[in-house]
This record gives sequence, structure tokens and C-alpha cells, in this order.
Amino acid sequence: MEIAQHHLEVHNLSLYFGGVQALNRVDLKVKKGIVFSLIGPNGAGKTSLINCISKFYIPHEGKIIFNGREITPLRPYEVARCGISRTFQNIELFKGMTVLDNIKLGRHNHLRSGPLAGMIYWGKAKREEEELETFLDREILDFLGLTPIKHRVVATLPYGLQKRVDLARALSPKPEFLILDEPVAGMNREERQDMMKHILEIKTVWGLTIFLIEHDMEVVMNVSDSIAVMNFGEKIAEGKPEAVKKNPEVIRIYLGHSFTEG
Amino acid sequence: MKCFKTRHCAYYFIFVGIFLLFPFSLFKYTNYVLFLVNMGAIGVIGASGLNILKGYTGVISLSQAAFMGVGAYTVAILSTKEGLPFWINLPAAGAITAIVGVVAGTPSLRLKGFYLAMATLATQFLLEYVFKNWESMTRGVQGLFITPPQIFRVHMNNDWVFYFFVVPLAFVAVLCTRNLLRTKVGRAFTAIRDRDIAAELIGINVFKYKLISFAISSFYAGVAGGLWCYYMTIINPEAFTLLVSIDYIAMVIVGGMGTIMGPVYGAIFIILLPEFIQRVMEVLQPIFRMTYTFEAFKHIVFGFTIVIFLMFEPKGLSEIFSRMGRRIAKWRRKEVREKGGY
Amino acid sequence: MELLVQVMIAGITIGSIYSLIAIGVVLIFKSSGVINFAQGSMAMIGAFIAYSFVTQLGVPIVFSLLITFLIAAAIGIVIERFVLRYLTGASLLSIIIVTLGITFIMDGGALAVWGSSNFTFPKLFPAFSLELGGIKVPSVYLWSFITAMVLLVIFLLFFKYSKMGLAMRASADNQKVAIALGISSRKVLSLTWIIASIVATGGGILLASISALHVNLSYIGLIVFPVIIIGGLDSIAGATVGGLIVGVLEAISGVYIAPHLGGAFQQVAAYLLLLIILMVKPYGLFGAKTIERL
Repeated sequence: MEIAQHHLEVHNLSLYFGGVQALNRVDLKVKKGIVFSLIGPNGAGKTSLINCISKFYIPHEGKIIFNGREITPLRPYEVARCGISRTFQNIELFKGMTVLDNIKLGRHNHLRSGPLAGMIYWGKAKREEEELETFLDREILDFLGLTPIKHRVVATLPYGLQKRVDLARALSPKPEFLILDEPVAGMNREERQDMMKHILEIKTVWGLTIFLIEHDMEVVMNVSDSIAVMNFGEKIAEGKPEAVKKNPEVIRIYLGHSFTEG
Repeated sequence: MKCFKTRHCAYYFIFVGIFLLFPFSLFKYTNYVLFLVNMGAIGVIGASGLNILKGYTGVISLSQAAFMGVGAYTVAILSTKEGLPFWINLPAAGAITAIVGVVAGTPSLRLKGFYLAMATLATQFLLEYVFKNWESMTRGVQGLFITPPQIFRVHMNNDWVFYFFVVPLAFVAVLCTRNLLRTKVGRAFTAIRDRDIAAELIGINVFKYKLISFAISSFYAGVAGGLWCYYMTIINPEAFTLLVSIDYIAMVIVGGMGTIMGPVYGAIFIILLPEFIQRVMEVLQPIFRMTYTFEAFKHIVFGFTIVIFLMFEPKGLSEIFSRMGRRIAKWRRKEVREKGGY
Repeated sequence: MELLVQVMIAGITIGSIYSLIAIGVVLIFKSSGVINFAQGSMAMIGAFIAYSFVTQLGVPIVFSLLITFLIAAAIGIVIERFVLRYLTGASLLSIIIVTLGITFIMDGGALAVWGSSNFTFPKLFPAFSLELGGIKVPSVYLWSFITAMVLLVIFLLFFKYSKMGLAMRASADNQKVAIALGISSRKVLSLTWIIASIVATGGGILLASISALHVNLSYIGLIVFPVIIIGGLDSIAGATVGGLIVGVLEAISGVYIAPHLGGAFQQVAAYLLLLIILMVKPYGLFGAKTIERL
């Protein structure tokens, strides 16, 4: 029997905040190329988990393995360099900068010009910037429909568009592994449909592995290949969407929540 | 070089023309005005450096004057003790100051906001102490004298010669800043200023870039200090005190933090302010018979300037000017519309 | 040995005055998040005003002090109401620079009115011969220390136990909730500035009694910062302890270390200590790390 190497593995992960245990020995394995969703009530530890992966928090116990390599001791920016990219629940965009600049920041590590080249500009840095802009226009801005607003300052954009810019920024380094932290939170129906379409497109056309945290069951059921459910810092269920939907534990947590929505 | 539109080309020529012809237009006041312009140019370089650090990377630094001092003393020592020419000394001053800046900055990089400001304040005081007491190098409070280098057989501290040397340098400094901000490094700085944690999470090595910011900012300060040394020919610790650091912070704030032209407007404003006060005092003194000393009045006006700017126009002069520019553009468009019919 | 005791006494005395000044800064920070760089100037102006009333206007000391405190309180309110109200929510640098600007205005004003010479501050306390452990100690040191300590204790008690003190602490901790509970944040803020100004004035007067009266007294505002880094930005007790530590450190380095290193090392000693502390504990010796949420 062949054991496919998992893209991301989380072993025995634990995290405490003072007396509160945010994560309790969580184990997860994510295969390459799938959409893996993590669901659970508020405070279940979902965001804490991805914050541990991106190293915003340092777990007290456990290991995180990416492509067979342990990434637990890495610094946050090094994790990003490995090919893991993420969006943020609260849109951590740089609001004073333009859409284009924010997205360019996503490709920060792919650029080579240093301070000296930057100050001189004409020559290496200028070429790099122009190539970058062409690349982004073609691959990212067009794909997400952001070309008409590429020079707008982010702070002036409505919430839905800002979330799209966040996604563009996360996609711009062409990552292998994309973490989406509540991508449709606060969106209306139309925006949600759009986002679902984008997620599926990213999965099929780009071939990424997607790790999704979301509360909207319609989105989760429609796009996921595999779902894990968390509650009180523990993983309580995992499996294909249909199976998870029928799991009595899961139904109990979501008491009153109808899985037949949408 | 690129000259995309003929209109831009025309502007460049006009500016260069003004720059070249300006000193000849001054007649009686030439040396005095040139002196002010030269000091302003030095200020622009120093303030641009500080602006990169504060306006674009968000680091509050109260030690800019001390770093200028490092540059100044470096130039003085290299030219008197080693007899090196200015085109080695000035970059060397920048480089050495950059190194000092990085060394001083490294332990401070974990600090945030107020604590970081305190660390830079400590750096300022410690460097001042070194200037006063490392007698073997700096001759302490007495200071150092240097013979300025000669360009085309005229000493550099001649107001004319210095003008043609320092103003282009100031222009280059501002240009480099602008360039930097259109590229990877500059963007990283701005990201760090806005949300440094998010910056780290999306892949920017914040620590490294803060250090780069310290290095560049200190380089600018060092060059500015070296230029000061060549112009003044005498340097002593009095020229690099906390008060001067505060002057530089005022330049950045009054001019507009985080804008490219901010340091230029701010430097000109702060350099001209004491002169303006003096003229006003000369006019008012016989009328009101005030016996205030110049020193006192200067302090009061400086203080009020800072307070009033921060209360009413915290974005500084560059915001005021761009507002005016926008109004003019709007007015012009209205004119065109009215003249050209509806 | 004798020298050491003398140095310690001088250090503790000056240190207690530093504590007084630092408390003002801590108070203002606790109630409004503002870091007041102008505290030293306030101290200096207070001392000069008192001097003017006693020496130049011949008003009896007790009345002079009272009037001085009133004027200081008024200045504090003016600063709070007219300047800092405009700047609620402004960035830290803006606040720092504004208070620096106020420092310049006050320093300039003092220069204009009194000039830059040294003045002798009138005797506030009965002088007597004092010997501690066989060393002559100027009695003004003892009085100064006692006054400072008394004021410090009064403030500590006030904050811990009085209703107003509780209100101030609540307001500092969580302004919105405090308002919801009926605590007027405006009153609290004004009161904070009044207290801070009076405390600063007290410190300035004591300092002027010990050394001389000169506009440079405002530089004491700079010593405050090592004190609060040691003691913690939001701890009154910490400011007290920090002040004493800095005072002693200054005295000791002035006498024992400076001769070897040269120059006025004692002036930078406190800042060197500040740097060392910050390298090890980035939020100050007792500061709390703010947890950022993403």
C-alpha cells in the first residue's frame, strides 16, 4: 500500500493562553491538492491552529510538518517562504497603500533588488518592478477582477473588495498551500457565490492545496474534499463532507444548525 | 535619461536653470542667503534620512543629531589625521555612521513605540558623552578644526562652491528616497510601519528590514554630518545635541511625515524659522521695547510652531501644499469647463 | 566609608525628588496614555513662580506656595484642555512632540521673564545642624527627603483607598466602562493633570532648594524616563523605587566612576542602565507585554 506524503501534518499540537487551553493535542493530516475545511463553533481553536502554522503563536507542544520537513521552529516570515500563504479574518491589509502595492508585497520574497538598487532605481530595480507588474496583471489581477481598481488606496474600498485584495495578495507568491481564514465572513450572497467560484478555480486551475476555515456551511459543503471539526480546542471529527454531516457529535455541537442549508 | 513628455522636460530645464542662476541673482545678500540655502540642503539630507526611519518604517528616533555627529567627526578625523580626499571621506562618513546606526539599532529592534524612542534617546546621550570625552579622537569640548578640501582650487566652505556641491546632493538624496519607495525595500518599510506583525506573517523579515532602515537613515545622517563638517570647518559636541535631534524631528513632522517632499519643506521651514523670528524681533523690539533675548523668543516660537502644526495640520506642509494644488486643479478645470461651454 | 554614606544620602534625597516628578508622568500616562515630556519644565516654572512670589513680591512663604500650586494647577488644566483635547487618538510621536513643544514654550517663557542666571531659592525649612553617622548633612536634604516621602505616601494612599483615586484608576484601565459606570473621564483627566502639575511644582521647589534655581532645572524632565523604565510606566510605587535607584546611581557614578571615565558620566549613567534594562526586558522592568490580536 502506498502512503502518499501529506502536504501538511499537525502532530499533537497544544497551545495555552494563561489558564485557557486553546488547542489540545490536535492531530491533522492534509493531502496535496485537496480543499480541507476546518469548522467548529467560535472559540473552538480554529484560528489558533492556523496562527500556530503561520507562527503568529508558538505552540507549547507538538510539531508541524510541511512537505516532510518540520517547520515548527521557523520564524513567521520563513514559514511564508516555504510556500504557505494565508488570508486573514480581519483583513490585515496595509490600508494606506494601493491595491497593487499590497499585492506586490505578496511577492516580496521573489524580488531581488536590494536597498542600493532600489535607490538608484534605473536599471535592475525598474526592470524588476515592471516585470512584476506585468506578471501580476496577467496572473492575479485579471483572475480576480481587480484590474480596474489596482491603483485605488485600499482604505477606500468596500469590505468585499478588500477581502478580494487580501486573497490576491495571498495568491501572488504562487504558493503551494493556501490558508483561507473565513474568506466569506460578512459577505452578501452574491459575493459569497463569487468567492466559492474563485476557491474552486484556484483548486482546479492552480492546483493548490487549500486549508479553509469557515462558518458558512453552504460554502464548506460545496467546496470541501475533507472536513475536520473542532470544539474546545480538540478535534472531534474528520472525514468526507457527507460523513461529517451525519456525525452525531457534530450535529450535537451545531444544535439547531441545519446542514441542509443551501 | 527618460524624458517622457516635452512638458516634463521643460520643467527639468527650468529647475536646473533656476538652480544655476539663483546665486547670481542675490546681489547684496548673496553670502547670507546662500548660507541659509546650504544649511537647508544639509537639513534636507538629514531629514530625509529621518523620514525614511520614522515616516516610512515607523521608528521614532531622537538620535539623528548624534549620528550626524558621528559623520562629522569621521570626516574631520579622516581628513586631518589621514588626509583623505572628500570623495572618500563623505561616503566613508556615511558608511561608518551606518554601521554605528546598525549597532545602536540592533538591541532596540525588539522594542516598540515609547520604549524604542527611549532607547534612541539613550543612544543620543551616550554618543554626546562620547563626543565630549573621547578626547584622543574628538578633542572633547574644544572640538576639531579642519581645512576643507578644495574643488577647482577653491575651498569647499566657500558659500558658492558649497552651494553647487550640496544642493545637487540634496536633490540626489530626495530622488533616492523616492526611488526606494517604488521598489521592494521601500514597500517593505511602509508595510512594517503600518502593521509590522502582518508584514512578518506575509513573508517580510521585519528585523532585517528595520536594520536596513536604520542603516540607510544613519547613512544619510552621516553624510549630512560630514557635509556640515566641511562647511563649518569647526565641529564640537554642541552642534549635535538633543536639541538638534528635536529640530530634525520637527522638520519631518512640520514637513509631513511619510511623504517624499516633506523633509524638503520641513528642512527649509525649520532653518528659516530662526531667521524669520530675528527679523520680526528687530522690527518689533523698538516698538514694544521688549527685552526678551533672542534665545527665549526663538524657543517660544519654535514650541508654538510645533504645537500648532500638530493640533491643526498634523500631516504637515506637504498636505497643505497638496491641498492647494488640488484646489488649483479644481479651479482650473472649472475654468476650462466654463470657457469651453457646457 | 564616610564618603559613601554622604553619597548615598545625597543620592536618596535627589532620588526622592526624581520620584516625585516621575509620579506626575506616571499619573498622566495611567489616565490618558499621554507621555508628558513637559513635566520637567512644569517643575522649573513652578519653582520660579514660587521664587517670584516670595522674593520679588514679598508674599509670605505659605501663601506663596499656595498661590504657586494654584497657578501650576491652572497651567496643567490649560495644557490638558486646550492642547491635548485636540490630540485624542493621535499617534504616540505626535503626543511626545506636542509635549516637547510645550516644553520649549515654557522654557522660552521662563528665559524671557527671568533670564538665564542662577538664583538662590529662599529658605523654606528651618535650618539646623545635622549629623548622620558623623557626617554633616545639609538640613535641607533631610527636609526635602521627608517632604517628598510624605507626598509620595499621600498619593499612594489616595490612589489605593480614596473614591477619587479609585475612579482615576478605573478610568485609566478602561475608559469606556468607567464612563458607563458614571465616572466622568473629563473630571478625572483634569484632576490628574492638576495633581501632576502640583507634584511637579513641589519637586521643582525642593530641587531648587537643594541646588540652585535656574532655567536648566527643566532638564530634570529627562531623568524621569530612566526612572519610569525601571519602575514601570503605570506603577506609582515603581516610580518611587525607580527614582531612588536612579538618584543613588547618579550619585555613585558621579563620585566613583566619573573620575575614571571622564566628564559628566553620571548624567548618562541612568540612560545606560535604561538601555541595558530595555535590552533584557523590552517592556521595562515591570511592564506588561501587550498581547496583539490578529
